[in-house]
Amino acid sequence: MSNTTAAALERPTTGPGSGFGVYNMKLGMWVFLLSEVMFFTALIGAYIILRFTNPGHFAEPGVVLNVPLTAANTFILICSSVTMVKAFAEIEAGNQRGLRMYLGATALLGIVFLGVQAFEYSKLVHEGFVPAAEFYAALGRDGAGAVEGGPLYGATFYTMTGFHGAHVTIGVLCLLFTTVMAFRGRYTAANHGGVEIMGLYWHFVDLVWIILFTIVYLI
Amino acid sequence: MESVNLTADAGHKGPSYFLVFIILGVLTLVEVAVAFVAALPDTLLILILLGLAVWKAMLVALYYMHLRFEPSKLWWMVMAPLPLGLILVGIVLIEGW
Repeated sequence: MSNTTAAALERPTTGPGSGFGVYNMKLGMWVFLLSEVMFFTALIGAYIILRFTNPGHFAEPGVVLNVPLTAANTFILICSSVTMVKAFAEIEAGNQRGLRMYLGATALLGIVFLGVQAFEYSKLVHEGFVPAAEFYAALGRDGAGAVEGGPLYGATFYTMTGFHGAHVTIGVLCLLFTTVMAFRGRYTAANHGGVEIMGLYWHFVDLVWIILFTIVYLI
Repeated sequence: MESVNLTADAGHKGPSYFLVFIILGVLTLVEVAVAFVAALPDTLLILILLGLAVWKAMLVALYYMHLRFEPSKLWWMVMAPLPLGLILVGIVLIEGW
């Protein structure tokens, strides 16, 4: 990394303000996350409409989806939020070892979350709960009005959880990068903007899942 | 250009992350229990579940994302689009029905 790029990533202690009392990189991440709020709000809004205007296409909670498994997966994501915030607290205190340990744990928990989601997808597809009407036709089912859920249910379920899973995947890749940088001694108590920005994104992913879990799995 | 102290958020007394974690875990258990054990009318059930979800999301935003300890300007900037989200959902709902 060039010195110029490295300097741009530093978390300044004083300097030109963004007007919001935080450094520019952090403000940029918040603005990005707000655009993500609108993105997921649109998805959730569309889901609500489709769900309540086509009740015959959607199964009752727990009939198709494995709620206990996903509740456990939700807990894993919550655990990863704790390790992420602990990583931030450790580097704020200047503890390099703690930073590396908690960042590594966060990445690992993220990978476990994705693994469980992949297992869930695999099981659902095997049971005939697929993403689109074409797949239902291929399986010899029309899906309409089926207790186990129709194409609309599959399409909305895989769209919402899939987009979230994509966000988690990107988060895990960034976490692995951040962890490598931490092992190289990139972050210090005075310069840990990268960890803070990473944390904001990761917590947002957790926050979105909390909402999705309730709407998709419990209601 | 205005020069500001950008470390104001770093000086706060840290929240008990573990306590927030316990609350999030308990609320998740309560959600599942309410959804599958409690025999409640649909509307009440949905309101309770959404309330619990928003509560959990707020805990994450306030304590893990440190929003509670950020400068008020940033706090307002983050809160400002939320009504837009509600408007979006509201319009979609109206269109749908």
